[in-house]
Amino acid sequence: MSDPLFEYLCRMGDNTLVLGHRVSEWCGVAPVLEEDIALANTALDLIGQTQLWLGLAAEVEDAGRDADALAFRRDVWDFRNLLLVEQPNGDFGRTMMRQFLFDAWHLPYLTALMDSKDARIAAIAEKSAKEVTYHLERSTDTVIGLGDGTEESHNRMQAALDRLWPYVGEMFVGDAVDSSLQERGLAPDPASLRPGYDELVGDVFTAATLKRPEDDFAHKGGKTGARHSEHLGHMLTQMQWLQRAYPDATW
Amino acid sequence: MYAQMIKSTGKGVKSLDEMDPQERAFQERIDAGGKIEPKDWMPEGYRKNLIRQIGQHAHSEIVGQLPEGNWITRAPTLERKAILLAKVQDEAGHGLYLYCAAETLGVTRDQMTRDLLSGKMKYSSIFNYPTLTWADMGAVGWLVDGAAIMNQVPLQRTSYGPYARAMVRICKEESFHQRQGYDIMMKMAKGTPAQRKMAQDALNRFWYPSLMMFGPSDKESVHSAQSMAWKIKMNTNDELRQKFVDQTVPQAEYLGLTVPDEHLKWNEEKGGYDFSEPDWEEFFDVLKGNGPCNTERLEARNKAWDNGRWVREGLLAHAAKKRIAKLAAE
Repeated sequence: MSDPLFEYLCRMGDNTLVLGHRVSEWCGVAPVLEEDIALANTALDLIGQTQLWLGLAAEVEDAGRDADALAFRRDVWDFRNLLLVEQPNGDFGRTMMRQFLFDAWHLPYLTALMDSKDARIAAIAEKSAKEVTYHLERSTDTVIGLGDGTEESHNRMQAALDRLWPYVGEMFVGDAVDSSLQERGLAPDPASLRPGYDELVGDVFTAATLKRPEDDFAHKGGKTGARHSEHLGHMLTQMQWLQRAYPDATW
Repeated sequence: MYAQMIKSTGKGVKSLDEMDPQERAFQERIDAGGKIEPKDWMPEGYRKNLIRQIGQHAHSEIVGQLPEGNWITRAPTLERKAILLAKVQDEAGHGLYLYCAAETLGVTRDQMTRDLLSGKMKYSSIFNYPTLTWADMGAVGWLVDGAAIMNQVPLQRTSYGPYARAMVRICKEESFHQRQGYDIMMKMAKGTPAQRKMAQDALNRFWYPSLMMFGPSDKESVHSAQSMAWKIKMNTNDELRQKFVDQTVPQAEYLGLTVPDEHLKWNEEKGGYDFSEPDWEEFFDVLKGNGPCNTERLEARNKAWDNGRWVREGLLAHAAKKRIAKLAAE
């Protein structure tokens, strides 16, 4: 295994990179102008967080790579993001459900990281948590508004929840990387966040009149890089194209 | 400026003596540099003209997200991606304040949106051109935002208060957009041979469409004369175009790029460049809907609006339920 801290920082940065990219695909085609602005703002925050996480990853690795080299020159098997965030946008409902399921994990996770013994991690977490507080507020409101809206919006949100729920469990499964950081007081045990998560999303689903799926089966393989979905490769062909087509250029 | 060929009353400008007392007081206030506010009396022609102009500007900001959105997912670095996202977000924000400014004149955003989607209201011709390489993100910022600023800076002094105030905020952001565009061009023009080629190609494709943004010569136009008397247009199209060329040519030289105009020449006597007119036939084709991307742009906006219907309806239905629950609780 490579340095657990490097692996860990790639996980954090790849989550925000891949989700930021997905959200940015909405540019100019949201259902209403205010949503265009909010989606662009969310994507912008996530890309900014990526610069910090992958920047620190590159510093820790100390192998002459920078955040851009990590973002634009690694192939699928080196990505360490959760499977949830690489799932395609689908309709606006699915995009916002994915956002909510992620935000509801992301904010408490970052809050826990603010106590990290590594001051650099704590500082990035603190800055990110301010932005993610707003993301969670907005995605919560949207899930409730559309879940408890019209019959059509309700059905679409329930379908989105059913479709994405199998990608939730991966957020709480720890491995050797997590244990290594946990032992050093750098990051929390992922499983410790599950009860709070279940309570938070449970309350929101009730307000949204949505039914939590009964089966908690969880797809895994994103954060370890063992097995991504087919979608990530297509995203990278677009995201990394210029860097790979013109490897000598600076931009 | 993203407004072109805006129709006014179509009649000549009245002299003060020909006006009734109310209209005369209105014109005198404008002549004295005063601002007109939403609740003030205004001639119907002034109101309609402004709705057309502000609406066209707002629509341009909205449609203008598309050619740049085309490159957000392919931006070559994290920083470039972040800057482009910030820029597109600003543009949506400009659309929002401009729609709000137009709403003070008694038209709704929904009505203006319907008129955009049906093709009844226009947006700037420039957004019907494709963005084909990363250098186009530079050219759009440098030339398109540069041309827009030429007209928007004087519009900060326009007679209609809400429009002038929106423009103050917009101008601050547009000048940042132009700088980031030029910064992309610098990197490209000083980069590898392939990057230089992209930069020159972008200038070649965007030069004349940028000159078209000011609209055809309007020295003789009755619409422009009326708009200028009302101070909702501050300069003629030719004045602004000349200023744009004079500002931009040295910038192109600094980049080591060639402006695609063999007749471009400094004219000592007028203290400005002589330059070739764009192909106005092409301009009118684009306005009629025959630009390279008109169909795609309107299709994209219509699809976004249609696909978003259930979302808008869902959120409205939820808001109504909440209102009812609140009333029942009181």
